[in-house]
Amino acid sequence: MSRTASDIARAVRSGDLSARDVVDEALSTIDARDGEIHAFNLVLADEARAAAAAIDERVAAGDDPGPLAGVPVALKDNLCTRGIPTTCSSKILEGWKPPYTATVVERIVAAGGIVVGKTNLDEFAMGSSTENSAFGPTRNPLDTSRVPGGSSGGSAAAVAAEFAPLALGSDTGGSIRQPAALCGVVGMKPTYGAVSRYGLIAFASSLDQIGPFSTTVADSALLYDVISGHDPLDSTSISDALAPASPTLTDGVEGLRIGIVRELMEGVSPDVAAQVNRAADALTAAGAKVDEVSVPAAVYGISAYYLIAPAEASSNLARYDGVRYGLRVDADDITQMYGATRAAGFGPEVKRRIMLGTYALSAGYYDAYYGKAQRVRTLIIRDFAAAYEQVDALLSPTSPTTAFAFGAKSDPLAMYMSDVCTIPSNLAGHPAVSVPFGRGDDGLPVGVQVMADALQEPLMFRVARALEEAA
Amino acid sequence: MSDRITEADVRHVAKLARLDVTDEEVATFTGQLEAVLEHAQDVEALDVDDVPPTAHPLPLKNVFRDDVPRESLDRDEVLAMAPAAEDGRFRVPRILGEAP
Repeated sequence: MSRTASDIARAVRSGDLSARDVVDEALSTIDARDGEIHAFNLVLADEARAAAAAIDERVAAGDDPGPLAGVPVALKDNLCTRGIPTTCSSKILEGWKPPYTATVVERIVAAGGIVVGKTNLDEFAMGSSTENSAFGPTRNPLDTSRVPGGSSGGSAAAVAAEFAPLALGSDTGGSIRQPAALCGVVGMKPTYGAVSRYGLIAFASSLDQIGPFSTTVADSALLYDVISGHDPLDSTSISDALAPASPTLTDGVEGLRIGIVRELMEGVSPDVAAQVNRAADALTAAGAKVDEVSVPAAVYGISAYYLIAPAEASSNLARYDGVRYGLRVDADDITQMYGATRAAGFGPEVKRRIMLGTYALSAGYYDAYYGKAQRVRTLIIRDFAAAYEQVDALLSPTSPTTAFAFGAKSDPLAMYMSDVCTIPSNLAGHPAVSVPFGRGDDGLPVGVQVMADALQEPLMFRVARALEEAA
Repeated sequence: MSDRITEADVRHVAKLARLDVTDEEVATFTGQLEAVLEHAQDVEALDVDDVPPTAHPLPLKNVFRDDVPRESLDRDEVLAMAPAAEDGRFRVPRILGEAP
């Protein structure tokens, strides 16, 4: 699937290309290589072929199926699809079929997109390598001895391996952008509330956002434009009309002020930092004014996040109790059933976060940990606001390193550090995108992150596009 | 060994979380939670008493909608996914001390 989503949709809408041929090519690429990569938990071959045939019929009848006409899309397996297994890569949901479909999926289908499968993830989106999947890890298509990143590693790998030109992931602390960086593709987290979370299985509700993966910036903007906008089924979705990103994509960066975040350049690999500096030079050459800026409280991001996110997760994951869905381990009374079901159904990282979050919320510790982290979240928001008085967009690495080897970060805290550059945007609720830019000393791709103020997606995508042109 | 979090704390938290843990898990989690809390000392040490907490990134207040009936989830479809159901309801093990 070497064609971009934009090219496919254009050709399918005009009748120059059949959706059926597009889907067949995607399925044969998956068939040839996903045994090795394991991007997918489930490939929906028959459903995808049937949907493609329906698109072709509509085109033949003179109908316009929409801006994603005939485009294969891979869905992270924490997005609910009615009647189709949705596992979160967890044993606790194995075999469960949701009774409803996520709004983002409805919107993709309504735009003519074709769901080709459900992608692997770190269990319940908790991780940065996809090693925490109950169904085994995904491999990085660029070097199968390395992780694809996570938690949306399956979606990133699916796009990198050309299984599908578009994929959706979810990003709570970097789970779209970090795997995009490690797999050499574009990955974007929208402003909190820009995209409906209805049907996204919750991890940390004040941080979670759904966003696109693609090989080009234009394709991510296209998918963002399709999935964004108010949804009455998600009361945290923004009710004001949102500006689309595609129309201004090629407006350039002439006159824009861009800041390299000093705090997010500290402790990153020198080869990664070198590419960020090269990206800054490229933006300068394109007419932007690039300076170093400071977001001092960003250094507290990891600590604040690893109190807030597990706290919210411990509450959200209380619903997996063996009563309404998924696994049940039978026991004599209900309390024993809860404990045994959750012990058998959750993997080590999910248990660790439930424990950490429960502790942070428990009597006597709430103020010291969770309460404090929430106040630090305010500091981070204030520091971003001060930075955005000086500049229009911010620049940093996406990940402190390129793709690492399997097993390289077996210490949980070392793994948590993978998210150091991506977490601040989640805490602030701001949009951010990772664009492939150059390579590290190991020859693997480096991702450069562009961040912007809330609802500044169109501007952020313009900067991303300028980087892509210079990469 | 840890003074920030003990094995007894971990067992207590596991009980609160309704999560059965093995002795081995208790030992592992104690060390790992200690490491994360140790890292969080930077946040713990900040004087932010005069900074308001942020629970949510959007300045949302109450979100209202008209109270109009609409289609909801199909009951049979929902119950078909439950580990046990009976008479249109979820079936659970014994809750109180009564005979089953």
